[in-house]
Amino acid sequence: MAIFLDKNSVVIVQGMTGSEGRKHTERMIASGTNIAGGVTPGKGGQVVEIAGAQLPVFNSVEEAKTQTGANVSVVFVPPKFAKAAVLEAIAAEIELCVVITEGIPVHDTAIFFAQAQRSGKTRIIGPNCPGIISPGQSNVGITPADITSSGVIGLVSKSGTLTYQMMYELRDLGFTTAIGIGGDPIVGTTHIDALAAFEKDPETKAIVMIGEIGGDAEERAALYIKDHLTKPVVAYVAGFTAPEGKTMGHAGAIVSGASGTAAGKKQALEAVGVKVGKTPSETANLLRSLIK
Amino acid sequence: MDLYEYQAKELFKANQVPTQEGAVVTSAEAAKLAAESFGGATVIKAQVKTGGRGKAGGVKLANDPAAAFTHAQNILGLDIKGHIVKKILVTPAEDIESEFYVSFLVDRSNRSFLCMASVAGGIDIEEVAAKTPEKLAKIQIDPLQGVSLELALAIAREAQIPEEIQDATAEVIMRLWDTFINSDATLVEVNPLVKTADNRVVALDGKVTLDENAFFRHPDFENYVDISNEDPLETAAKAKGLNYVKLDGSVGVIGNGAGLVMSTLDVVAYAGENFGGVKPANFLDIGGGASAQVMADGLEIILSDKDVKSVFVNVFGGITACDAVANGIVQAIEMLSSKENYQQKPIVVRLDGNNAKAGLEILRSANIKNIEIVETMDAAASKAAELAKWAK
Repeated sequence: MAIFLDKNSVVIVQGMTGSEGRKHTERMIASGTNIAGGVTPGKGGQVVEIAGAQLPVFNSVEEAKTQTGANVSVVFVPPKFAKAAVLEAIAAEIELCVVITEGIPVHDTAIFFAQAQRSGKTRIIGPNCPGIISPGQSNVGITPADITSSGVIGLVSKSGTLTYQMMYELRDLGFTTAIGIGGDPIVGTTHIDALAAFEKDPETKAIVMIGEIGGDAEERAALYIKDHLTKPVVAYVAGFTAPEGKTMGHAGAIVSGASGTAAGKKQALEAVGVKVGKTPSETANLLRSLIK
Repeated sequence: MDLYEYQAKELFKANQVPTQEGAVVTSAEAAKLAAESFGGATVIKAQVKTGGRGKAGGVKLANDPAAAFTHAQNILGLDIKGHIVKKILVTPAEDIESEFYVSFLVDRSNRSFLCMASVAGGIDIEEVAAKTPEKLAKIQIDPLQGVSLELALAIAREAQIPEEIQDATAEVIMRLWDTFINSDATLVEVNPLVKTADNRVVALDGKVTLDENAFFRHPDFENYVDISNEDPLETAAKAKGLNYVKLDGSVGVIGNGAGLVMSTLDVVAYAGENFGGVKPANFLDIGGGASAQVMADGLEIILSDKDVKSVFVNVFGGITACDAVANGIVQAIEMLSSKENYQQKPIVVRLDGNNAKAGLEILRSANIKNIEIVETMDAAASKAAELAKWAK
């Protein structure tokens, strides 16, 4: 089992004909993802050969869904056009829309997230995220598929490279699903959404949660863990040395006054009994000690 | 990006938010002239991107132009929480009857927009929230619906704005919402919004934070970027498209991915505790690509920082495999060492992930004498901290 994404997922790529879209489509196919085609407005009717596959290009998500039975879309279109692309996926009632694009204005994200909430049909992951991988089943986004294979750990993280690092540290145990939820101020899927899904997934034995400075998602996740989780959870938080008022790479990674600090997040998690590692390696070791 | 008060007020004016006349000046003489042209009493306000300037002596009432001169002289150059005052805003003094608070912001917790409003203005809004929460209205705004006049009135009522000016306040709330939307702001805050003795509702102060990701819609906002206020290394890094933040330690850090780099800073600081408190000197994310050119640009910025005593390059090979990263490092050192002002400093490299073995082999066979390879992130951080301690 896995969460949100599995071997039955049929995926279309929004922005497949662009350079990033093309490169990652090739990688996704190589890692076993069932890619059914792409969407590029104005290029409908073309067939593109990527990694030996003949992939149809459609003008709209609606058309791509009807023709291919796709239930997942992944968005590689540039920030300027991302809002329209995601709104299109929502209108077509795509079940899962994974938004990789970095640099989308937060007002645009607020609008497409509100629209997704209103329609109630589409889960959004991201934006500004590496995507989601259920190793051995499907890989949607830019996560390297060869770090590890399927296993028993569930991972949810705000950061891409820390996700890869943690998958590497725990490569012997493997993962059911690893989700990068993204580093923007507003994201479609939260730590809590992933924790809830991992709790229900029978294959997931333990969960790693990676947070970073900014906002209060980790504090809220801590309260959720206290009330709803029975599986072991360990956490890692990045940004203890981040100065106040500076954006640290991710648009959402900023300490404002006394709020959003790594120390506050660690404290909130430890207060509900979640062990928080000082470094990624220590976090991996904490997890090992819990599932022995 | 935070704006100065006078810039926020420019946006207010463009969106018909009632505010005051004002003159931005950089000398006491100009402040005096501005006070003369306004006539009557004026307020001299330090322009700094931080709160608490009133308490720090950065806001003064001047009864006449001579007083404006004196106050301006005292305020210019003042250090307010590390921000040196270079500009001041001179505005006519208002006859204030009462002070309120209104803001619109991106509400991360609810993944939506939020309006906060209160009859208790002129003081820190966190204080109002803590001490008299009943006086603070928090209204979630549906991004798909926006703010109607009806909703603006409801906000004014819930904020306990006096009845006789609820209509006027609601009007201002709608204009502030326009400012928020039209500017792609993440924060628009007015504290205080005042009722004057002659019953006008005026934004006496303004704080606006803009979303730099939305600048493609607002090419004119580039004018708000204030290079003189940035660290020169940050400006140089930005010009090269690098994500860099200057910190106050001595271990230069380069990594790929914002999360991993933040984590690297923390690990360096922990390791540094064993070496008398060695700390990271910067945040620098070279992104997933990590090409030779980007690596060279990053190394160049970091090596030119006189505070940097050692460098820690921490890369997890994902999409870009470690052999490509290693080639990037070797080429970067070649590019830099041929430059006249190249500063040789010890560089600790840790590569892990995709093709790590091949990457490490490339680095070893390149045999660059100031590069040291350490295989784990924790041990590499410790090595870099140790080298920084020993370096002069």
